[in-house]
Amino acid sequence: MPTTDLPDAEAQCAELAALIRPCLQPDTVLVGIHSGGAWVAGRLRELLALDNEIGLIDVSFYRDDYGERGLHPRVRPSSIPFDVEGRPLILVDDVLYTGRTTRAAINELFDYGRPARIQLAVLADRGRRQLPICADFCPWQVDLDQSQELILAIDASGRLQWSVAGNA
Amino acid sequence: MRNPQLNANGELTHLLSIEGLPREVIIQILDTASSFLKVSDRQVKKVPLLRGKSVFNVFFENSTRTRTTFEIAAKRLSADVINLDVTRSSTAKGETLLDTVDNLVAMYADMFVVRHAESGAPHLIADHLRRIGRSDVHVVNAGDGRHSHPTQGLLDMYTIRHYKKDFSPLVVAIVGDILHSRVARSDINALTTLGAAEVRAVGPQTLLPSAIEKMGVRVCHDLATGLRNCDVVIMLRLQNERMNGALLPSAREYFRCYGLTPAMLALARPNAIVMHPGPMNRGVEIDSEVADGPQAVILPQVTFGIAVRMAVMGILAGN
Repeated sequence: MPTTDLPDAEAQCAELAALIRPCLQPDTVLVGIHSGGAWVAGRLRELLALDNEIGLIDVSFYRDDYGERGLHPRVRPSSIPFDVEGRPLILVDDVLYTGRTTRAAINELFDYGRPARIQLAVLADRGRRQLPICADFCPWQVDLDQSQELILAIDASGRLQWSVAGNA
Repeated sequence: MRNPQLNANGELTHLLSIEGLPREVIIQILDTASSFLKVSDRQVKKVPLLRGKSVFNVFFENSTRTRTTFEIAAKRLSADVINLDVTRSSTAKGETLLDTVDNLVAMYADMFVVRHAESGAPHLIADHLRRIGRSDVHVVNAGDGRHSHPTQGLLDMYTIRHYKKDFSPLVVAIVGDILHSRVARSDINALTTLGAAEVRAVGPQTLLPSAIEKMGVRVCHDLATGLRNCDVVIMLRLQNERMNGALLPSAREYFRCYGLTPAMLALARPNAIVMHPGPMNRGVEIDSEVADGPQAVILPQVTFGIAVRMAVMGILAGN
């Protein structure tokens, strides 16, 4: 799929914010998964005018493919600058695919405490789940070949932009 | 020659020595450690990375602190930890080192943390594992003879980077019994690999190895000269057991010439940090006022040591 055919990721962030807005509670906090999810969570925080700081997690220590692939060479520190105990959390990622990253992120969050609930917000849902996980908020369903990778990046002007790597 | 610490893909599979470790690998360990440091602040101070793995602490030489921090690190990674006091068991009955290793491999060991009085023992074990086709079992050197103590060197680098950020402008003084110190060797190797501006080896002639200049350090026999304008002071423990070898007149004399007092520390840069691998001999190599003073980062070193050992074990077990 040429880059020009891909949707505008910034506009999708606004759509995602609109989906989330009616469900927000006063103490809702966002937790972004490094790195794409962290960018999207940052956008949502602005769009939803949230006062609370966002949390960031890197799921490298919780991945189920550690035995095959080893530890990721660039692990970033997770940072959850609030008490998750009894809080409603919205976990934010760029792409939902097999569901394994989401599973790892939920496991990690429970090591910080017992949240009241966790909902999942993603910009894109590729389907082909390998675990019983679904998004609560998602503006874009996209079907790509398994050999392809859907990548969110920040371009030179600071805008979020989609690209697809690999051949269909 | 193949680097015995790296696998065919150039990934770290054993940690035997800082000598010969590529800079990127050192940086990767330090970066990973900073992520592990935060784990200790959480409600559940554990991650599931090494769940189902068995880590054997095999200490042929005593060391409570190092063994304990390795044990805590392995437990925070969810590994099962087995502590063996081999000095009192099989070795005392005459079993060879490699027979001990074979027995532990037969007990499904995934990783050995080895402390040995003989330089090269962890390398011998790693080489043996390769020969018997067990490259899935990893070795961490927790101190061998006078050779190397790589995790101490790495936690020292983590500490320096934490307080000073960049290595390139730093002047680092390593003071004391460098001759018998595997910590000093590891620190010198790490500092030169990471590009510190100047590393000084400070101590009496009798406690400096001959030809240490070849490691890229500046030798100072005078403490005041060694400390002047330095950013980091690494004090080494005066190994009391060496005192009977006529290398030193007395502990009091040593303190007078090489003890780090507030007056001596004032010669270093005002924001210089003071490190010590422990255990400290107060009043021998370091004055209590300095050890307990605002420039000492000796206890943070211990805390960072857990995160650095988690990083080392986490990286090794995945490769």
